[in-house]
Amino acid sequence: MKWYIARRAGASLLTLFIATIVVFVGVRALPGDPAIALSAENPSPQVIAAIRHEYALDKPLPVQYVVWLGKALHGNLGTSPKTGLPVAQSLAERLPITLELTILAMVIAIAIGLPIGILAAVRRGSLADYVASTTAIAGLSVPHFWLGILFILAFAVNLQWLPASGFVPLTDPGANLAHMIMPAAVLGIGMAAVVMRQMRSAMLESLGADYIRTARAKGMSEGVVVGMHALRNSLITVVTVLGLQLGVLISGAVITEQIFIIPGIGKLTIDSVFSRDYPTLQGVVLITATGYILANLVTDICYSLLNPRIRVSGGAA
Amino acid sequence: MTQPMNQPRLEVEDLHVRFDTDEGSVLAVNGVSFALQAGEVLALVGESGCGKSMTAMAILGLLPPTATPSGSVRLEGRDISGLSQRELRAIRGREISMIFQEPMTSLNPVFTVGHQIGEVLRRHEGLGRKEARARAIELLDLVRIPSARTRVDEYPHQMSGGMRQRVMIAMAVACNPKVLLADEPTTALDVTIQAQILDIMRDLRQELGTSIVMITHDLGVVADIADRVVVMYAGHVAETGTVDAVFANPQHPYTLGLLGSVPRPDLVLADVQERLAEIPGVVPTLRQPPTECVFAPRCPRADESCLTRMPELTETAPGQRAACVHPGPAEAEQKEAVRV
Amino acid sequence: MTSISATATVAPARRGSRLRRRFARRPTAVIGLFGVCVVVVVALLAPWLAPYAPDASDYNAILQPPGSPGHLLGTDDIGRDLLSRLVVGTRASLTAGVLATMLAVVVAVPLGMIAGYYRGWIDPIVSRVTDVVLSFPFLILAVGLAAILGPSLINAAIALAVSQVPMFVRIARGEVLSLRETEYVQAAVVNGAPTRVILFRHMLPNILNPLIVQATVAIPAAIIGAAVLSFLGLGVQPPTPAWGTMLSDAQQYVSQAPWFATFPGLAIALTTLSFNLFGDGLRDVLDVRMRS
Repeated sequence: MKWYIARRAGASLLTLFIATIVVFVGVRALPGDPAIALSAENPSPQVIAAIRHEYALDKPLPVQYVVWLGKALHGNLGTSPKTGLPVAQSLAERLPITLELTILAMVIAIAIGLPIGILAAVRRGSLADYVASTTAIAGLSVPHFWLGILFILAFAVNLQWLPASGFVPLTDPGANLAHMIMPAAVLGIGMAAVVMRQMRSAMLESLGADYIRTARAKGMSEGVVVGMHALRNSLITVVTVLGLQLGVLISGAVITEQIFIIPGIGKLTIDSVFSRDYPTLQGVVLITATGYILANLVTDICYSLLNPRIRVSGGAA
Repeated sequence: MTQPMNQPRLEVEDLHVRFDTDEGSVLAVNGVSFALQAGEVLALVGESGCGKSMTAMAILGLLPPTATPSGSVRLEGRDISGLSQRELRAIRGREISMIFQEPMTSLNPVFTVGHQIGEVLRRHEGLGRKEARARAIELLDLVRIPSARTRVDEYPHQMSGGMRQRVMIAMAVACNPKVLLADEPTTALDVTIQAQILDIMRDLRQELGTSIVMITHDLGVVADIADRVVVMYAGHVAETGTVDAVFANPQHPYTLGLLGSVPRPDLVLADVQERLAEIPGVVPTLRQPPTECVFAPRCPRADESCLTRMPELTETAPGQRAACVHPGPAEAEQKEAVRV
Repeated sequence: MTSISATATVAPARRGSRLRRRFARRPTAVIGLFGVCVVVVVALLAPWLAPYAPDASDYNAILQPPGSPGHLLGTDDIGRDLLSRLVVGTRASLTAGVLATMLAVVVAVPLGMIAGYYRGWIDPIVSRVTDVVLSFPFLILAVGLAAILGPSLINAAIALAVSQVPMFVRIARGEVLSLRETEYVQAAVVNGAPTRVILFRHMLPNILNPLIVQATVAIPAAIIGAAVLSFLGLGVQPPTPAWGTMLSDAQQYVSQAPWFATFPGLAIALTTLSFNLFGDGLRDVLDVRMRS
């Protein structure tokens, strides 16, 4: 178990290390002089010289990378030429907002997808299964951003139940939830379809397993057979899939924040692209990659906790 | 039924199982009948696909939804074939229990073996968590698992195949059932482990008086443990009788083929597949009730009289019956050859 | 008569027709196939099907509702015919979806096959690289690439392709890994067949099914991805019509002209739905188990 986690953590660290190289090279690949790219528009020669010195741009690339990585590890991701604020600070302000959005979306996805997936598997081939499976495909096919626009049209413009867009900090929980529930639902619905399909197929596989036959032959009730024997095994698979889906969720958050004008990391990404705010863009890419790799590590650990084959013997995954 | 003393533990009468698939119906079990006395071991023998496993699943009411069973199953005189799933669940694991061929996959990988044994006791005997655990340790002792006290908390993947099959047996006998259905319990195991498992089952039958239906294709196992044998072919009973009688004096050409060139089966635990290969052809899949002997296409004795109807079981010797138009011992082959 | 049927191996010719029959028995799959065909035909014949030039604006007919004279689906904020723009926009969507998937397949399949076949030092490197690519969520990757390469249809397709590479690599690698041990591959190796022949003549045909099924998942995902990018202004550039850009134009007129946002979204949803239904049916018929 300890070895398993250590090995996974090591692999994650390596991936993260390579990811930083990719980000670093990405910024160097931007058209034009990186010193100009990292500064505001029409920088004065002094500013350019200062940046050149700060990032050791006159040194060879590996040296530049080490200098850059050293700064990044100390939380120094540069300064936004647009706002004049440290990039790390604006990331710290916006990260919790995106986290709230994605966690809410995940909760919605699990609350809808898990029970329906189980039901569809247990009643395989029934009308309920057919309806659920077809609805899930439809849910996968509807683009988030269109769903967002339709939701705004329905719940904000026509029914006027919820605010169309904007964000209120968590200090006012009611207003915060009113602003977050629609974007979270938009993000969660597509995810729910994925969760439902994965849960259904994992449950079908578990329900066909020999140990289910054993449990039935022992006279266990269907509740125990489905809810304990099959579910426990299915969750092991589904947890892994949920981890892989985080990337999709982050992408979805970018566009959802754009539509509902929520000042999270996603909106910051798009804004920084259009304002050519490269230090911020670089910071955003770095932080999402880090977040994604960490989340996958956490998923792996959850997986190993659920799975005695790894938890007890520390064997290979 | 008026004389409870002679009443069998388990009586299966005219059992049929039909599967309805996309490609039409398949008749998996066709009129199987047998009776099992207290403490008796009955072997159901045949090649894979002959319907022996389906017979067991039908007894427990655990057939897949595409299957339609008919006929009657009586447990100590009580007909259980028409019971609801709810009523059957009270019987499964308590009065009739079952062990399966694949010890590697038949235990749930995410629960400890103690939990899986305790589960039966908590369900049927209303034991609490602690009592169930204590009983589980006793049961592991009973099936001769060393250091049961620590192994009770292990997961299936930490155990060998033989150990897991013992756990399966412990689970099956936890509630001291009247009947134990054992579906190829030793097939997936090494020969030495096979013998140990059979020993354990023999002792359980002695100590607990459990009646056992042993489903197998291994005639060595039959010779080793069974009192009586039912030979099945294509969902039909081909021959039945005491093990001694059937082995010493087989009447049905299929039984003869199964026994093949093994003159002293009581000494042999050999691979039966090899012997079966000596009977050319494969077990047919029945789609309609047969109008000729189902074994005729593979039978060395088949002639026109075999093609008119499916023969019924008829007594060939006291306590021994065969479903064959030309029953007889091995020498019959030579006589046939001379006559034709 | 006793009817006796032994399970015989099915001849390849019969297999084709049996698969077709199994496919035809699934109504949703047939609907999906029909939808895919419609989309492809519309994309091919777009210039002839569209009643107007997609960028011809009529300032006297701005934000006309559906059914107004001459404009079946109405007009947009500068009086362009919505139907014509939708029809021509099919091309950009389909191109992005198919191009991205093709690019991903061309890069990923050989990579995955080589990693799975040779193992050794190359396998962990390929695995690590796919992990790194996966660690950049698709949209972040696409945004970064758009910043570096500049926004265009081709660059959007490249970004989408890069994000799809890991999945195809994993499938190709996994399949080759299990095929490597089969007897016929071992026989080919013993007979001295060159690696190129083993990989592409012996193995590739046997790993096609899961790849085809993954492609039917990847194409609709890329179509949505392309729409997202053009919605954000990072994909197809005006004046070329695209469903995503139409939606972003429509966003500010949601209350005045709800149909303006409805039709492009519907077009995306129906297209991806068709591909997904078709892919789902295909997966059932080809009996491919998806690995996560």
